[in-house]
Amino acid sequence: MDQFVYLYRRPTTPPATPQQMQEVMQRWQAWFKDLEKAGHLANYGQPLADAGGGVVKDKKGSFSDGPYAETKDVVVGYSVIAAADLDQAVKLATGCPILDRGGMVEVRAIMKM
Amino acid sequence: MKGDVENGLEAGQGDGPDGRDRLFRRESARLLAVLTRAFGVENIALAEDVVQETLVNAFEAWSYRGVPAHHSALLMASAKNRALDVFRRERTARKFAPELGRVVESEWTLRQAIEALFLPDALKDDELRMMLSCCHPRLHADAQVALILNVLCGFGVGEIASAFLVSPSAIEKRLSRGKKVLSESSRLFELTAEDFAPRVATVRRAIYLLFSEGYHGAHPHAAVRVDLCLEAMRLARLLLGHGPAATPETCALAALMCFGAARLPGRIDEAGNLKALFDQDRSRWDVTLIAEGVKLLDASAAGDEITAYHVEAAIGAHHTLATSAEETPWGEIMALYDTLMKIRPSPVVALNRAIAISQHEGPARGLEAMRAIEGADRLARYPFYAAALGELELRMGNASFARESFVRALRLARNDGERRFLERRIAACRAEPTGGRPDG
Repeated sequence: MDQFVYLYRRPTTPPATPQQMQEVMQRWQAWFKDLEKAGHLANYGQPLADAGGGVVKDKKGSFSDGPYAETKDVVVGYSVIAAADLDQAVKLATGCPILDRGGMVEVRAIMKM
Repeated sequence: MKGDVENGLEAGQGDGPDGRDRLFRRESARLLAVLTRAFGVENIALAEDVVQETLVNAFEAWSYRGVPAHHSALLMASAKNRALDVFRRERTARKFAPELGRVVESEWTLRQAIEALFLPDALKDDELRMMLSCCHPRLHADAQVALILNVLCGFGVGEIASAFLVSPSAIEKRLSRGKKVLSESSRLFELTAEDFAPRVATVRRAIYLLFSEGYHGAHPHAAVRVDLCLEAMRLARLLLGHGPAATPETCALAALMCFGAARLPGRIDEAGNLKALFDQDRSRWDVTLIAEGVKLLDASAAGDEITAYHVEAAIGAHHTLATSAEETPWGEIMALYDTLMKIRPSPVVALNRAIAISQHEGPARGLEAMRAIEGADRLARYPFYAAALGELELRMGNASFARESFVRALRLARNDGERRFLERRIAACRAEPTGGRPDG
């Protein structure tokens, strides 16, 4: 098994009403549970606040928005996945609920030493 | 915090024993009530923003880690901190609740005042006060119900529009008018106000409308309808939890909803077909709710006033406690409908009365009563009027008249469930005549 990081990129239509939040949350929980049961979830990871973050660009501490040109590229969470290969990691990512609302999952292999 | 909002009225219905499938809506209502009190009703939009931020944060965290056991307390604490930030940020720019006076000006007094607002005892009445505030006499009943669904049940514009089969822009309009009226009142409705009793009466009517929409409404999806019924029952529970609002009339309202809701599981069979009261599998009715209804009906007898809610609750009790349609005391139900016609006459009440007559005195007398209904033209668009005519004609052996009536009803049907039901009745006109079918 290799390990991969999923970087969740902000959905274009986040849930707006309490009921939608409830439904989306339940879909995420079900998806994580399925991954876990199948032994693919190495680490749940964390959600990341999508406001107030940015990049430090130099040693003087210059801090600004970015590095993304568009807000939809902002990473709003990550998880660590165990999969046989990149193909499987991609296939598993297609079940991610963020795709239902115009978000994206970036899949990156963790480098092996 | 399981158990603090759940109770017998909600048990056994729908979505999981601890109501977790409604958690976000439930919590949003509670948070909005306390924050509106904290900020003042004129700042309700600000309170809504803070609720939204609080929930979005929680929803993202809990998507990963699951919902923690003490989620209510966590949300409340998070909302409290956000409220503190808002006060610090906006204390000079904005006018806040008059109750707070000048305390917002100093960090020390502000912190204490906010802590006090969020104490369990202070929180207890917030939703009730909010509900009373939503039923402002300057608002039309439709607007009151829309406002309640939004503010106290946590439904969004689209969700309310879909539940009522009304356009989102119409709901938007009702809500913005409602919130305008709300924000013009200087504070949330006081439980000690002089006009408390008439305001509670308005609240009861709104709850009744909400329940009726869920029970008889046109929406094709059963789930939406059950949700509305459950919300109406939760709100009735809020009234019952506050002594001065828990009058015999409130008990009667709650009882009639218990009897109605108890039968909800029987109205739709496994295949999703609408079932008339006659054909329902009574073992699917909810015994917990029936018991609750009986208890509430007893409590409703404490006064010496008989209201329409009392009569409807008594009718519901007869239907629900009977072991079969044949064993139902139709004579007593008929007499209750006579009373209801005196207290609150309407073509629909007259129609139900005619059906009871047909059960008690035969289809010929029932047809007579139906043809004598005043304002029957107002029933012209109601599919169950034509359908009831069809049933009675069928029982009289007039299969072709019956068929005509069912075909007319089919043209008026408002959803697939009603259409399938009427198609089966049309087919039955070719087969053996069977018993009458009151609208269950």
